[in-house]
Amino acid sequence: MAGNIIKRVFRFYFDGFKNMTYGKTLWVIILIKLFIIFVILKLIFFPDFLKKNFSSDDERSNYIIEQLTK
Amino acid sequence: MDAIDISLVNWSRGQFALTAIYHWIFVPLTLGLSFIIAFMETIYVRTGNEEWKRITKFWMKIFGINFAIGVATGIILEFEFGTNWSNYSWFVGDIFGAPLAIEGIMAFFLEATFIAVMFFGWNKVSKKFHLASTWLVAAGTNLSGLWILVANAWMQYPVGMHFNPDTARNEMLNFWEVFLSPVAINKFIHTITSGYVLASIFVIGVSSWFLIKKREIFMAKRSMLISSIFGITSSIVLISSGDSSARFITDIQPMKLAAIEGLYEGKKGTGLILLGALGKSENYTDDNKTWKYSFKIEIPKLLSYMAHGNFNAYVPGINDLVNGNPEYNIISVQEKIERGRYARNILADLKKAKDSGNTLKYEELKKKFHDPDFKENYFRYFGYGFLNNPGSIIPNVPMSFYSFHIMVMLGFYFFLFFIIILICLFTGKIDKWRWLLRLAIISVPLSYIASQAGWVVSEMGRQPWVIQDLLPTVVATSHIDASTVQVTFWIFAVLFTVLLIAELRIMFRQINIGPKYGGKEHV
Repeated sequence: MAGNIIKRVFRFYFDGFKNMTYGKTLWVIILIKLFIIFVILKLIFFPDFLKKNFSSDDERSNYIIEQLTK
Repeated sequence: MDAIDISLVNWSRGQFALTAIYHWIFVPLTLGLSFIIAFMETIYVRTGNEEWKRITKFWMKIFGINFAIGVATGIILEFEFGTNWSNYSWFVGDIFGAPLAIEGIMAFFLEATFIAVMFFGWNKVSKKFHLASTWLVAAGTNLSGLWILVANAWMQYPVGMHFNPDTARNEMLNFWEVFLSPVAINKFIHTITSGYVLASIFVIGVSSWFLIKKREIFMAKRSMLISSIFGITSSIVLISSGDSSARFITDIQPMKLAAIEGLYEGKKGTGLILLGALGKSENYTDDNKTWKYSFKIEIPKLLSYMAHGNFNAYVPGINDLVNGNPEYNIISVQEKIERGRYARNILADLKKAKDSGNTLKYEELKKKFHDPDFKENYFRYFGYGFLNNPGSIIPNVPMSFYSFHIMVMLGFYFFLFFIIILICLFTGKIDKWRWLLRLAIISVPLSYIASQAGWVVSEMGRQPWVIQDLLPTVVATSHIDASTVQVTFWIFAVLFTVLLIAELRIMFRQINIGPKYGGKEHV
């Protein structure tokens, strides 16, 4: 029963993607975009400043308090 | 305080503005078109008329293109928070956590699940289930906006939280106070209805192009009918919520109100500037950037009414807000700076006491952060403690003024435009008045300009604050090199421009093809 539902859901998506026309172009754009955003931009250009420079929340808190009070 | 790297602040602001502006090109059309499609499909399901199915599928195709190109462009804003705006991100603390988590879990999955049914489910699921999926996509899309706008509203009107001096983070005390803050509700209504108006203009513009080309006449006229009715209804709500905004801004961001009206000297019975141009005043210098009207057309006493519901009420000007006005209980910025510095010093003393192990003093100072008098009269001005010059609380007046007036004028124009379109549809003149069809096409970019101008008013008008009265923008940035922000700024500029070109090319091609599917029933 459960297997049948999974099979039907799979067929639903499989047929949907297979029969796409211009949607395939859109998926190519989406995948390229997601690769640029999550792999190139996030990993190379957008590290989390506080996570990268401090190892604990206490250190991060102390740093920010220093920023706010000096 | 360390010397602030203004170049870093400006590039970080520029990058955030660039990302937000590009993101907002895609969002409003998604918000509005999702509902227009749902209306169209509802008519199809109720009437069984295959023409309505064709119409629905055509606009669904346009929706799909816009959704696909725009999806995930907002994620970049969150990257920027962590990299460029770490002081801000930390200070905001838990406030954004709840709304953004709910957005991720609820709205995203709602969209992701039912959008597949919407596009792949024709002839595979029942008509009613398909229709329900279309409505759920519309609801999910708009709910996504809700959580972001709640977060933005909190920055304009921080409520429902407590500042923890040990962690330097704001902690949510009352979710409902944050979620149901009047600013959040009003901002949500105003923003999503602006998306509905934009989408309605878009559909009318594209339909007008079909009418000019004498193609798809039935589809074009039916689409215009749905959109003009949706546009009129949305415009009424949009204008009403804009009117409510004036009252909220009067109370919580009076400087923004003064800036968008270019009002320097407060008075009773203040008029609303209908149209005007600003020029530099005689005493304009780099330190004193005051502007005066080169010309203006004013509706007498209307601003007082909009702000206070009373035609003779007093509306403070920029100079009153900077210098203070005891007659109207307006505290000067200098006084607020002193109080903000006192709150900052308390925080500094608390940290020293904690570091030196002086428990008694630490406990005594910590109590202050729970003391209503300290919170209401000192900590609420915490951000002023970073300012050196009272004049620095004045936002960019010309930009605020022109953005606001462009938004308002276009907003009223769109309302009138929808009514004219509807009348022409009923009187059968829509095909004959080609100038109106051309105007409809020109109105499409104007709707984007109005929508973007609204955000410029909201975000530029609240400067210098990133969180109203608590954290100035200049303090919110990370200590990183400005050159790294410059590099990513240009990467984004190229990436988003490529995406926009791709969207326009694919969209124009599909519009040109029209509601034809080459025998295929799929996207």
